[in-house]
Amino acid sequence: MSARNDARLLSVTLAGQEFGIPVMQVRDVLGPQRTTVVPLAPRGIAGLLNLRGRIVTVIDMRALLGLPPSDGEARPMQVVVEHGEDSFSLRVDSVGDVLELPDESFERTLSTLDPAWRDVAAGIYRLPGRLLVSLDLSRLLDFKHRAAA
Amino acid sequence: MDEILKEFLTEATEMLSQLDTELVELERSGGNPELVRSIFRIIHTIKGTCGFVGLSRLEKVAHAAENVLGKIRDGELVVSAAAITAVLEAVDRIKMIVAGVESTGAEPEGDDAPLVAELARIAAGEVGDSAADAAATAAPASEETAVPAPEAAAAPESAVPPEPAEAAAPDAQAAPAQPAPAEPARTPAQIERAATETSSVAAQTIRVNVAVLEHLMTEVSELVLTRNQLLQTLRSNGDSAFAAPLQRLSQVTSELQDSVMKTRMQPIGTVWSKLPRLVRDLGRELGKKIDLVMHGQETELDRQVLEMIRDPLTHMVRNSADHGIELPAERLAAGKPESGTISLDAYHRGGHIIIEIADDGKGLSIEKIKKKALENGIVSAEELAGMSEQQIQQLIFKAGLSTAQQVTSVSGRGVGMDVVRTNIEKIGGAIEMQSKEGAGTRFLIRIPLTLAIVAALIVECAGERFAIPQIGVRELVRVGPTSPNKVEQIHGALVLRLRDRLLPLASLRALLGLGEPETASDERFVVVAEVGTENFGVIVDRVFDTEEIVVKPVAPVLRELNVFSGNTILGDGSVVMILDLNNLMSLNSGSAGDQTAHVVHATSSVAAEDDRTALLVFRAGGNARKAVPLARVARLEQLATETFEMVDGAIVVQYRGRLMPLVALDGAAMMPDQRRQQVIVFADSERSVGVLVDEIVDIIEDRLDIELTDQRPGMLGTAVIGGKATEIVDVDHILRRVRDQFAQPGESGDARARLDALYGKLGIDMEAA
Repeated sequence: MSARNDARLLSVTLAGQEFGIPVMQVRDVLGPQRTTVVPLAPRGIAGLLNLRGRIVTVIDMRALLGLPPSDGEARPMQVVVEHGEDSFSLRVDSVGDVLELPDESFERTLSTLDPAWRDVAAGIYRLPGRLLVSLDLSRLLDFKHRAAA
Repeated sequence: MDEILKEFLTEATEMLSQLDTELVELERSGGNPELVRSIFRIIHTIKGTCGFVGLSRLEKVAHAAENVLGKIRDGELVVSAAAITAVLEAVDRIKMIVAGVESTGAEPEGDDAPLVAELARIAAGEVGDSAADAAATAAPASEETAVPAPEAAAAPESAVPPEPAEAAAPDAQAAPAQPAPAEPARTPAQIERAATETSSVAAQTIRVNVAVLEHLMTEVSELVLTRNQLLQTLRSNGDSAFAAPLQRLSQVTSELQDSVMKTRMQPIGTVWSKLPRLVRDLGRELGKKIDLVMHGQETELDRQVLEMIRDPLTHMVRNSADHGIELPAERLAAGKPESGTISLDAYHRGGHIIIEIADDGKGLSIEKIKKKALENGIVSAEELAGMSEQQIQQLIFKAGLSTAQQVTSVSGRGVGMDVVRTNIEKIGGAIEMQSKEGAGTRFLIRIPLTLAIVAALIVECAGERFAIPQIGVRELVRVGPTSPNKVEQIHGALVLRLRDRLLPLASLRALLGLGEPETASDERFVVVAEVGTENFGVIVDRVFDTEEIVVKPVAPVLRELNVFSGNTILGDGSVVMILDLNNLMSLNSGSAGDQTAHVVHATSSVAAEDDRTALLVFRAGGNARKAVPLARVARLEQLATETFEMVDGAIVVQYRGRLMPLVALDGAAMMPDQRRQQVIVFADSERSVGVLVDEIVDIIEDRLDIELTDQRPGMLGTAVIGGKATEIVDVDHILRRVRDQFAQPGESGDARARLDALYGKLGIDMEAA
């Protein structure tokens, strides 16, 4: 179920790499938030935040993708996405624009990609001068599968 | 599944649960005509509707049962146990089929012919105590115009196509037409009134999907939280134009919350409705006569709570019927009425619901519990000796104790009162028990009105806040350099001396892997919690206020973390996790390794880590502090001095089935004068010896540097322990002296087990030294 037709993706950046999140699933974009740490939580879960009375699980995208933690200066952004019945907030370095991406520029995942990335990538878009990794949220947020692997 | 079928299933389920209760009542009351009519009506409705929606198997069974009921109603059959059993069986079959339809949309396969035939035989008066008696006294005609003639009992369904049921009960039609009821006739007016009462109740209620109510509850919870936030903001801002309207908003919110909570309430009778049938069946199976008396069925509880207590309640009523109530002959012999009574009571008291379950059976047998507890190794003989009857009775709440003589089909399957207790405590409830041997047992269950909102203590640990449900919290203790209470360590295990008892501690930091472990110099708080029958303390950095919190389930990805029972949003808008003390404690013992799996060598003379030794400090004979390495101690005991005996100039006591010599440190054999005597038990591979001491002072971990050697026999010398000069006792010398004194071979002590037992008693874990 990868994005095959012209896709609308919200571009976000992590450690200089651009990623795309399907716009249809984005509910909110937030600035830095007070996050409650959940001790003993699985890797990649940064904690919980209160979004207008709803408790939302914060995903540390850097940790999930095996990237080093950002330096203290960075003010991380949050992209709130809906997945099934739950909301998750994806913590990223910065949020860019909504991009309309033509299907012709889409490539299936590269076999040489880091397994942690290949696991959560729907595919790669060839953009002028740069590449964008499109994220597959259902795989990204499947912690059960990850724990089993 | 189509709407009509769905509607039918919902209605049928409701009607069927009513049937169970009414049928048992019918049997008890011996044919109350009002009940018969009501039961007949229900079965008739089910039959009619299922023909309509094309459930032919269901219809056959319902039809056969209806025939029997019709005859009873018309006075052609008297209410007999056989008839009720058969009808109940039919009701069960109907339930089974309904359940099948519910899950698959079609009737399950099965053969109902034997049941239908049995019902037909009963209807024909061929089984058991038939209609003969009724016929003998019956008046020839009925004044009851509302009751159709016997032939008509099977007739109404002819209006409902299709009609495959006719053939199912041919005997019913062929049965000799018995003349009619010996019941007092009711005037049409009475009947009418009854009918309008029912219909007016129906008009005042509507069916609402549970999901809608749940959603409403969530929304109101949000509103409550927002209200709390607003009030907090208001408080910090002082005078404000918002104050008055906010106050009103606050009040309305509270009222709304109450109303919404009420929509989730269901009478406890919905859970109890299955019990009369259960007790009746049990009584027949066990050959006992049991009356079930229920009061307060209308007492309302949150449906979530109801679901949680359904099984424990059923289990306890089963227990009462199976173990509590005696056989009729036994009861008569004991001077009690032949039939036993189990009573259920529910009422409100102080923001809680109290449920009482009492029986007038044989009560708990102290002797049986003692025997069982010993056999299963739940307590030692010495512990038992020191327990009151009340304490011994409470042992039934411990895992692994069932006093059932044998495993019956009813109970004694290894799921016992410990599970009941756990389930009740899971929902923040508590259970108490009083039992008198020969007179019966009474359980008192206290449960909160709702699970959605609980009072919680907010604590801080490593900069993070957590909520601990108030119900499990016993007290708070401040520990640290400025406080008289200090956290002590035994080989890494943390303990706190609290009113002369050692309280095992767990550091929340360590358990949750938060930050650096605390140091002894910091001021901390210990939250003393009770989980099951155990007390333990959780060390936290700070304690804030208590707050009413709305428990929200954690996100599915975090559900595996069972140390949290939920999360919530506090008044200031921040999210906190709610700690589950039950699971937190198991995490504690789990991280230190399984207690029973520990291998502790009693022969190792010193349990040392970084040259530090855990020492038991005590006083005996004089004021000087004395100490022995804790590793040498097998057990600490409080023994009743009346059990001491003088033999051959020495004091001995029967201890674990053997004679154990008791010695004073100076070797004197003096009978102590107080009633209970503190004894330190030492053991080598051959025997145990008890040393009489005045007082156990402390367990201290310190370097064992003997600075002054001692020439007195039995003393190794003096060391500074815990900052004070302390005499170190030579355990080997004591053991040698006793061995010389009582030269008898063949005693083998399982010292390791005893050490383990000691640690168990102290509630601590120790790795092998």
